[in-house]
Amino acid sequence: MSSANNLKKSLLVLALATTLAACSDNDNDDPIIEEPVVVEPIVVELVISEFTITFSNLTAGQPLSPLSVIAFDDEAPWTFGTTASVGLEMLAESGANEEYLSYESALAAVSAEGGIGPGETTTVVISVEDQETLNLSFAAMLGNTNDAFTGLSSLDVSTLEVGGSLSRTTTAYDAGTEANTETAETVPGPAASGEGFNEIRDDTADIITMHPGIVSNQDGLSTSALGVEHKFDNPVSKIVITRTQ
Amino acid sequence: MKTSTLTIAILLAAASQSTMAAELDLKVTNLTKGIHFTPLLITAHNSEDTLFEVATEASSALQTMAEGGNIAELVAQATAAGSDMAANPAEGLLAPASSTTATLTTTDGNEYLSLTAMMLPTNDGFVGLNSWKIPTEAGTYTINLNAYDAGTEQNNELVVEGSGAPGTPGIPAAPGGDAGTGGTGILSGDTNTSIHIHPGSLGDDDLEAGNSDLSNTVHRWLNPVAQLTVTVK
Repeated sequence: MSSANNLKKSLLVLALATTLAACSDNDNDDPIIEEPVVVEPIVVELVISEFTITFSNLTAGQPLSPLSVIAFDDEAPWTFGTTASVGLEMLAESGANEEYLSYESALAAVSAEGGIGPGETTTVVISVEDQETLNLSFAAMLGNTNDAFTGLSSLDVSTLEVGGSLSRTTTAYDAGTEANTETAETVPGPAASGEGFNEIRDDTADIITMHPGIVSNQDGLSTSALGVEHKFDNPVSKIVITRTQ
Repeated sequence: MKTSTLTIAILLAAASQSTMAAELDLKVTNLTKGIHFTPLLITAHNSEDTLFEVATEASSALQTMAEGGNIAELVAQATAAGSDMAANPAEGLLAPASSTTATLTTTDGNEYLSLTAMMLPTNDGFVGLNSWKIPTEAGTYTINLNAYDAGTEQNNELVVEGSGAPGTPGIPAAPGGDAGTGGTGILSGDTNTSIHIHPGSLGDDDLEAGNSDLSNTVHRWLNPVAQLTVTVK
């Protein structure tokens, strides 16, 4: 079943490649196989899976940094209860994701074009060569925090069929790489515009956990640069993954 | 086709008459950043003998667990009820981001799982699971667990030695070693004496004084506070 499927997909890839057709508007039921190019059986086994991801910010007042999406087969770029990589620390403390996306075990890695404000949704597309085991991992910083991020460590999409989709809500994690002081000097988001990434600052716990939430200066933390409008609760975002190819 | 459907129907009927025993692998993870769990108790029980029931008053056994971490009374109660149990699988405290595992073989009729452990530092907060139906289909199931308030003690947020005894106000310990002293005590208007979702700790930013002995950047949490993974074999 899967080999027939693969062949179909390879044909489709080839057809697309040869015609360079700009017909990705395939919301209609039928993919574009109206052009039965007769191919010699020298087809390269290059089957590409494509996933279209929508990412919605469910918070009251937390901007979310550009969503990072990493495809991998075995080792997730981040895992609950372990120490964050420098790439994740950078992402969670500043929102910058270049280092994070250069993850060495990534089969593919993409970033959303920009961050999203509360109530906004962004779309990202990731293409990856088909694998026996294929997982996607997601991460984005909650901008008005010290080192909070949200996402999914690992979502198995190996058996997701074209046209099928998965919907998940996500919780807020604490990268464990910075104390949650909420000061103007250390919160990089628009509420404070402080310093973002600092590799040596307060790596006290150094373990990824759930985030305890922010306190704010209206709820007992006098040195906080954050107000009640920056508070959040779980879930923090909604991610819908649709396999589009 | 017809016969096999019939066979299945008969099997199902038989199964529902005497509910089959199950073998379970359990894994509990503390998801919080700054809260320890006291000894966990996980029981498989019938539809009646749950460890606790939300929106009802806590039993004295539950109160003893929620205020001081002592599960002896709950264990005695569950034993008397014929529940199967995994008691204290972590052999002590379960630290933030840590996991513990246990196996549980359930006897006929014990079709539900419940779980409790006190959350430290809190007055009477506990992580709980209330009568989760054990699936009959083999597989791995993940359940997010919330923080409950036993409703048996005001959340004054003062760390007081010896306050783990039921009815003695205060938080018996802060295992992370990061709590303060000298608080005057939170005066909460929470009058709910039933088991309810914990409103969360307040804390303050002064470890030597203020209202609370807890730190507001360390001892708060958001739900879920734990994750239970159940593998039905």
